[in-house]
Amino acid sequence: MSEQNLGAPEIGGVALLRWAWRQLTSMRTALILLMLLGVAAIPGSLFPQRNQNPQKVDSYFTSDPTLAKWMDRFHLFNVYASPWFSAIYLLLFISLIGCVLPRTISHLKAIGKQPPLTPRNLDRMEGYRLIQGDPATAIDVAQKWFKSHRFRVRVEGNSISAEKGYARETGNLLFHLSLILILVGVALGSLFGMKGETILNVGDRFINTPTSYDNISYGKFQGQGSLPPFALTVKNFVATYDAVTGQPSNYVLTTDISNPLGSAAKRVIIKVNKPWTVGSTKVYLQANGYSPVVTVRDKSGHVTFEGPVIFLPQDGNLSSLGAIKVPDMVPQIGFIASFIPTASSSASRGIFSTYPEALDPRLVLSAWKGNLGLDSGTPQSVYSLNTAAMTKIGLKALTLGSTYDFGYGTITFNGWKAWVNLQIVDDPGKMYALFGALFAILGLLISLFTRQRRIWVKVGSDVEIAGLAKNGIPGLEAELIALTRALQEGTKE
Amino acid sequence: MTSSNLAYFSNDAIYACLAIFTIAFFAHAFEVSWSVKNTSSDDKTQFDFSRTDRAGRLGTAMMILGTLVLAVADITRGLSAHRVPWGNMYEFSITGALMLAGAYLFAFTKYKVRWLGLPVSISVLLTLGTAITVLYRPSAPLVPALKSPWLAIHVLAAIISGGVFLVANLVAATFLIMERYELKSGRPKWAEKIPTLDALDQLSYRLVAFVFPLWTFAVIAGAIWAESAWGKYWSWDPKETWAFITWVAYAAYLHARVTVGWRGRRAAWLCIFAGSTFLFNYIWVNIWGTGLHTYSGL
Repeated sequence: MSEQNLGAPEIGGVALLRWAWRQLTSMRTALILLMLLGVAAIPGSLFPQRNQNPQKVDSYFTSDPTLAKWMDRFHLFNVYASPWFSAIYLLLFISLIGCVLPRTISHLKAIGKQPPLTPRNLDRMEGYRLIQGDPATAIDVAQKWFKSHRFRVRVEGNSISAEKGYARETGNLLFHLSLILILVGVALGSLFGMKGETILNVGDRFINTPTSYDNISYGKFQGQGSLPPFALTVKNFVATYDAVTGQPSNYVLTTDISNPLGSAAKRVIIKVNKPWTVGSTKVYLQANGYSPVVTVRDKSGHVTFEGPVIFLPQDGNLSSLGAIKVPDMVPQIGFIASFIPTASSSASRGIFSTYPEALDPRLVLSAWKGNLGLDSGTPQSVYSLNTAAMTKIGLKALTLGSTYDFGYGTITFNGWKAWVNLQIVDDPGKMYALFGALFAILGLLISLFTRQRRIWVKVGSDVEIAGLAKNGIPGLEAELIALTRALQEGTKE
Repeated sequence: MTSSNLAYFSNDAIYACLAIFTIAFFAHAFEVSWSVKNTSSDDKTQFDFSRTDRAGRLGTAMMILGTLVLAVADITRGLSAHRVPWGNMYEFSITGALMLAGAYLFAFTKYKVRWLGLPVSISVLLTLGTAITVLYRPSAPLVPALKSPWLAIHVLAAIISGGVFLVANLVAATFLIMERYELKSGRPKWAEKIPTLDALDQLSYRLVAFVFPLWTFAVIAGAIWAESAWGKYWSWDPKETWAFITWVAYAAYLHARVTVGWRGRRAAWLCIFAGSTFLFNYIWVNIWGTGLHTYSGL
């Protein structure tokens, strides 16, 4: 037994690798991986994703922590960055490369080549027919017909082999190579890109350094010192609304930008679909809201807090919620507040906003005293008040310019400012992805609308013709009829 | 006319369309049902369309009239808001219904497809009825994020591809039904006008192959627009995810046909599966989904 085994290739090592590679790069595997990628993308659209909707993910954790924990173990809140999703698309692209590269090489080699020889038994091919014609001139006539219809022609003795539609494979390969280019673009973007966000009130100045951002994330190979050194001042922000529906119709952000820092400022208008571009970095207008401006004084009239406070919009009419924290008073004072741009009130709903523009604003305050919890070391949101160690001391709705005496001091509602949320993104890979996408469409069009087919003519005592269309695409029959007619007419003369 | 007059006019025209397509529907229903001819002993139902030809012609006339009025309604809706009429789901629906009716009439001029009048008129009626009752929104300017030339390009490409995908689905479904008949006892009389199995199989493939590049373009145009509006060309928003799933499903369908050689029943089922991912995206993600595509106010 052992002697017989000596001749067989050893399972393991190189043979196993080669077997695995062949399996991975087979068409079947590529197709299964493609379908699997589609299926794997589904959970990400059914469950909230951490990078899109973190609040909703949190609500999963509060309503059923055990289930949420298990879902998290399977990366269901972060599907598109999960190891299993990455595994599928990496395998797919390795499979694609393994499939496409050898085909590209053999296609390049085939460029100058002649069509393959005429098969011996034409009668097994499609549309086989015998033509009553003159064998003497048939070859010439057929050759002329093929040339005028831009076939590649190979004449061997008394037979012609003609082929047309090489561009199908060219387009096909272009399409698949373009997909690889898109992946390269995506990879470059995530390895060398950066993305950050900042909220600025009208009048604020932003200097593009990492510490100026509210949050910022870098690609694996992106250095922190690589931010373009510009400074941006928010001069004005105008939101216009449809008077009937209250829907926003336009947002215009006016900024002064000096790039590089210290150079003369330039007026730049940024809109929702019109970001400002510097190099491969773009500055986008993402969101906006209101920052009520308040002044808090203690009993002696000394100012303990002053300025705009950013509130987060809660609905389409921009009712906004926020927290005003005054740590420098004894006891510490905090306000849970809502800003109502255009106030109206009813018995059931209390005070609510009827229009997103600030036409008749109110600042509704609930005042709290006690410990704000700012020194505990645990980070807390600037938009909400931690009332665990506080007691409520009052409730008041302020009109513009009015003051509320909460017992330990006063708070005055001076006005409001608009704030804008700017997203600053650097994606050096996106041009590759774009070109990949455009070439992919081009390749797709070429490959789907090119028919590849072969036609043979063999001259013996009779003239025989037959053809073969790749993938059974129709149209061959019509060409065979046209060729037959040409041969019959040509050979009659 | 002022903008609001135009908008009211558009609404009235939609109601008129509902009436006209209802007549078309009844005419086509009459055409089919009154053509039933029972030849005594034979159990099989026989059809004789020559008996109800006039009803069929009335149906066609109403389809043409309805489509014209629908076109006017769609155009005035766009004019009233000074933009293309596909800014929210109400407008997608009326534009989509117009495309469907138009595609039917275009096919009608080339082939004998009057038998499709019944399903087409009922589909148009259902779409318009749902649109004007459930999905209706007053005519208004676009929210800032939709103010882009890409709205016309991206959404139009998506609507057209969607329409063709659905027609391919109908053809594939017809294939499956006809195949069942042929395997059992042969086609019934009324189905004799419908093309052969082979022709149906080829037709659904050709429709998909023809429109797949357009769908690819719609997705890419969306990515380009997303890049300028949201700062990221791909963010796995539910709508993007399902557009991708549809793309993958049709890519698999094309591969299955071209390289693996699937034909007939298996190919038809795969085609229907791919088409239903598109429908799921249109209905489920628009209405119950969350994400960046939801600002259309339905």
